[in-house]
Amino acid sequence: MDYFAPTSLNDALALMASENLKIIAGGTDFFPTRAPAPLQQSLLDVTRIDELAGFGWTDDGLRIGAAVRWSDIAKADLPTCFAGLQAAAREVGSVQIQNSGTIVGNICNASPAADGMPPLLTLGAEVELAGPTGTRRLPVEDFVTGVRQIQLEPGELVTGVLIPRLPAHSCAAFEKLGSRKYLVISITMVAVVIGCDAAGRIDFARVAVGACSPVAKRLIALEEALIGQNPRQLMISDQHLAPLSPISDIRADAAYRIEAVAEQITRAIHKAADTDG
Amino acid sequence: MDKQVAQTMTKFLLNDQNVSVHPRVGERLSHTLREALGQRDVKIGCDAGDCGACTVLIDGAPVCACLTATHQAAGRHVETLGGMIQTDVDALRLAESFQDHGAAQCGICTPGMMVSAVALLRQTPAPSSDQVKDALGGVLCRCTGYRKIIDAVVTANASPPSEQHDGTVGSPIRRLDGVNKVNGSETFGDDVAPADALVLRVIRSPFARAGFTFGDIAQWQAQTPGIEAVLTPADIAGKNLFGVIPAFADQPVFAESETRFRGEAVAAVVGQADAMVDFDVTSFPVKWSELPSVQSVTEAQSKNAPQLHPGRDNNLMCAGFVKQGDAEQALASADVWVEGRFQTGFVEHAYIEPEAGYAEVINGRVEVHACTQAPVMDLDALEIILGIDRKDIRIVPTGVGGGFGSKLDLSVQPYLALAALKTGKPVRITYSRTESMQSTTKRHPSDILLKIGATHDGRITGFDFSGDFNTGAYASWGPTVSNRVPVHASGPYRIPNYRAEARAIHTHNPPSGAFRGFGVPQSAIAQESLFDELADKLGIDRLEFRLLNALEDNMPTVCGQVFEQGVGIKACLEALRPAWNRERRAVRAFNKVVTVHKRGVGIAAGWYGCGNTSLPNPSTIKAGIRCDGTLVLHQGAMDIGQGANTVISQVFATALGISVHQLQLVGADTDVTPDAGKTSASRQTYVSGNAARLSGEAMRADILKRVNASATAKLEIGEGVIRVTDGASEHIIELGALPQDDEGYVLRSQETYDPPTKPLDENGQGVPYAQFGYTAQLVVVEVDTALGTVTPIKFVAAHDVGKAINPMLVEGQVQGGIAQGLGMALMEEYIPGRTENLHDYLIPTMGDIPPIETLIIEVPDAHGPYGAKGLGEHVLIPTAPAILNAIKDATGARLTQVPATPARVRAAIKDLTHGN
Repeated sequence: MDYFAPTSLNDALALMASENLKIIAGGTDFFPTRAPAPLQQSLLDVTRIDELAGFGWTDDGLRIGAAVRWSDIAKADLPTCFAGLQAAAREVGSVQIQNSGTIVGNICNASPAADGMPPLLTLGAEVELAGPTGTRRLPVEDFVTGVRQIQLEPGELVTGVLIPRLPAHSCAAFEKLGSRKYLVISITMVAVVIGCDAAGRIDFARVAVGACSPVAKRLIALEEALIGQNPRQLMISDQHLAPLSPISDIRADAAYRIEAVAEQITRAIHKAADTDG
Repeated sequence: MDKQVAQTMTKFLLNDQNVSVHPRVGERLSHTLREALGQRDVKIGCDAGDCGACTVLIDGAPVCACLTATHQAAGRHVETLGGMIQTDVDALRLAESFQDHGAAQCGICTPGMMVSAVALLRQTPAPSSDQVKDALGGVLCRCTGYRKIIDAVVTANASPPSEQHDGTVGSPIRRLDGVNKVNGSETFGDDVAPADALVLRVIRSPFARAGFTFGDIAQWQAQTPGIEAVLTPADIAGKNLFGVIPAFADQPVFAESETRFRGEAVAAVVGQADAMVDFDVTSFPVKWSELPSVQSVTEAQSKNAPQLHPGRDNNLMCAGFVKQGDAEQALASADVWVEGRFQTGFVEHAYIEPEAGYAEVINGRVEVHACTQAPVMDLDALEIILGIDRKDIRIVPTGVGGGFGSKLDLSVQPYLALAALKTGKPVRITYSRTESMQSTTKRHPSDILLKIGATHDGRITGFDFSGDFNTGAYASWGPTVSNRVPVHASGPYRIPNYRAEARAIHTHNPPSGAFRGFGVPQSAIAQESLFDELADKLGIDRLEFRLLNALEDNMPTVCGQVFEQGVGIKACLEALRPAWNRERRAVRAFNKVVTVHKRGVGIAAGWYGCGNTSLPNPSTIKAGIRCDGTLVLHQGAMDIGQGANTVISQVFATALGISVHQLQLVGADTDVTPDAGKTSASRQTYVSGNAARLSGEAMRADILKRVNASATAKLEIGEGVIRVTDGASEHIIELGALPQDDEGYVLRSQETYDPPTKPLDENGQGVPYAQFGYTAQLVVVEVDTALGTVTPIKFVAAHDVGKAINPMLVEGQVQGGIAQGLGMALMEEYIPGRTENLHDYLIPTMGDIPPIETLIIEVPDAHGPYGAKGLGEHVLIPTAPAILNAIKDATGARLTQVPATPARVRAAIKDLTHGN
């Protein structure tokens, strides 16, 4: 077994081509799930790869490198449409988790309750992949396809996440529901990005829900229905929530989750609308 | 070891020193720091980032060392408390502030708290309490209730120098054992093993009930590198049996032929540390066959249920019963009555220190160093298991990183002792968090039916209580729970016609045992909830209803016990009246203008008998003075964070008439310190406190007699002399001139105290306790009626402690108890196989505990030292029912099952409003 910590993407890809490696970044998912048994794979630490460091604006929008941690995003000066992602960044686990865990790691762990997923969905985020045959991009919802299931080809590595520019007037919010304040796995969560026109009517809407389906989901029908509405007078129907399929578990029953989500959507839209302009 | 790995050197800066290590691939930084670099100030509580105890700074940022690969530290600066405390000004100020505020109790979370706080103070020298919560919210504490930690950090740079007290009874001195807790040098169960110790791992049942057969163990051992020994029942020279109550002893060290709960031990493996670090327990040759099991009391009592223990038909282990008057008749003729069914689940102690320790054989004697609440009971049990003379066993308690009842029972001790005897080498073990949760005791789940009747003018006439308690696979403290509950289920009230029965029923679950309150927190939920219902039905104010029925001096309890003095419940309830009236008004005003969020005020009371129920439980305290004037106190009352080291010392010093700071403490090592009993039953301040008082008084009398001085003489113990000032005359005792005993003492005292109690008859009538402590708590909550979330806003807690030996420690107990009661009320439920970690099993975080105002009530008790009463368990008894009553007050919805999770609260609100 070996521990590799390459500093260039080419070196990382070469290593991945030569050996089946387990990727480690912040370690916040790797260690808790590690059974006390000898490791079966060598580790590839991606946190020192130059191409995966930092975040910044490109022609395509904001690129967040795969080594960027939650606390980097929480502290960053970003446009208002990132308020949901930044709120999620401040609510992931604890300060300790935020200082270690990466946004990309949160995606790749593919937990139904991943805090990053709903805001990333509302931002239209794409994952950026590099592999033996070059690079490609996939919308987040096409990359995470099930519980612990991601569309990573052999030898491929997620190098970052790309967030296209959203309308300048769009604002965002994130609502997380748990049974305690810190270090809590969400019962449900909701992220929204909305924009309102000069008359105060919604003219841009994205809504995504986490912990209510195997993978967090955008509610497209609801988004469409929101256009033209007054954010203070929302109508959310059962049909709007139909894409969700919450389970009953120790944290809550399915019926509660659906009901809570409707309330959280309303609150998130209010919160986003309140920060508008 | 892999050659390639051995050549990989990881270099980093550790507390400003260059270090280089050879970590295994995937080694956690927490492991490297503790085992390779000796940095045992870094504590490990969960290995999953759930508790934050292992927090270190990497390049200034707090991270969990257990989630950090050691390789990732290469080239970075790693700071730990042990390093910071040398020179870092923020750490040094925090250390003072933590001690001044009593912010460290057991101390296991303190390094994580302080390291996180240093990172905050470097950026924000004068933080707000919200900033403190955000910065420290990732570190769990199970003792303090967090408020004193918040205060300590907020004022770290503003703290005035602490006042110097001599420690006389009543003075809020710092803990005498506090320095090591804030500088990282306190040694807990995992901190004491010698470097070359072998490591033990326990093989446990993956099923609630299973048959099993071993494969060829000898062959497996021969083929597995690094394994030194395997332990099975064949290695037990004595009896493969233990239990805290001898008459009920039923638990094997290793199950034979069949396991009775998930996580039960069947064997243990001992090996070289290198070989054991990634040891896979599933590689051990054992074949399991899962068998039908019973999880609930209902299943366990069904017709075809498998019986867990011979002689316990219908899986009924035992029942407790108290009867006075005629409850049935009184209820039939009551003007008004209410009834209800109340249910609670398993609650996990969730101390941040998992069970840990080591054992070795020295001069033919086996010495066990481990965290424990009851060193002499550990010795008693090992004597039977090991089958050796008790003089050949020594129990040396380590620091205890939280206990709350579970560390009364054996955990690691028998495995360690057996392994040390078999291998002849030192052997260590630390339970993983999952192992700790799977295999150690829990609070009993309860299913309670209660009916209470009263007259129109509000006098309670009848009370009928029936409770089933899920006692799990083995007896543990189940008999105590079933005895305590009927005695306490009335609450601190006069109830002339009373009937209470509590049954302990076996299931295939972890043993339910002792957990702060021994079943009384569960029964208080039923009783205090129904008191509110009854008061409302009668149209009487809920506080006044309790006052109307509260016990007073010279009134019989439900056991027919009459206290002529010391009954403090009315004083507690009356102390809450101003807050009750004020907060009720404030809530009404709030609810008029706010719609979705509703506030409510809840109140509940409680009582708790201090010491064992109608059974002897003596404590002995010994002290000696050496010829150089050193005064040594042999303090055997285990300090598990609550403060016995300080309280017992304050009592002794006051009785002797010297400053507490002159005492040198010797701990509860069974070789050198007499038995001060177990730390349970809220007995140490009262029982061991009395022994300390008697011991101090005896030593004082001895000294005064030697110089014929009067009782009011003043003592000063100096270097080699005692100066006795008696009015105008002064006497000097030259200690060097006195003969030394074999311990080197020239003066000594040793006294024992045992509470005066009397047996209970078949109706539970008698004198179960020499004293009770009393409490009433008030809470304001805010309920988000749309989501069902409950946010406590503030607590006011009145506690009659008789005499507060150390008011700061009293507040610490109250706040910590409330935090545990809040957890039980709102979020905690242990489900075997499902919540065996600290992210699925939730305990309150720093953001969940609101401000707590403690009202110390002192109604002195004639039996207590300086009037003091016990407190440790009283503190959480009223909390859960007070919260449930507040939810009812806010929303109209009565929760009858805890935890009151958001989903349950929302469902109860919907039931009330027909689905809206």
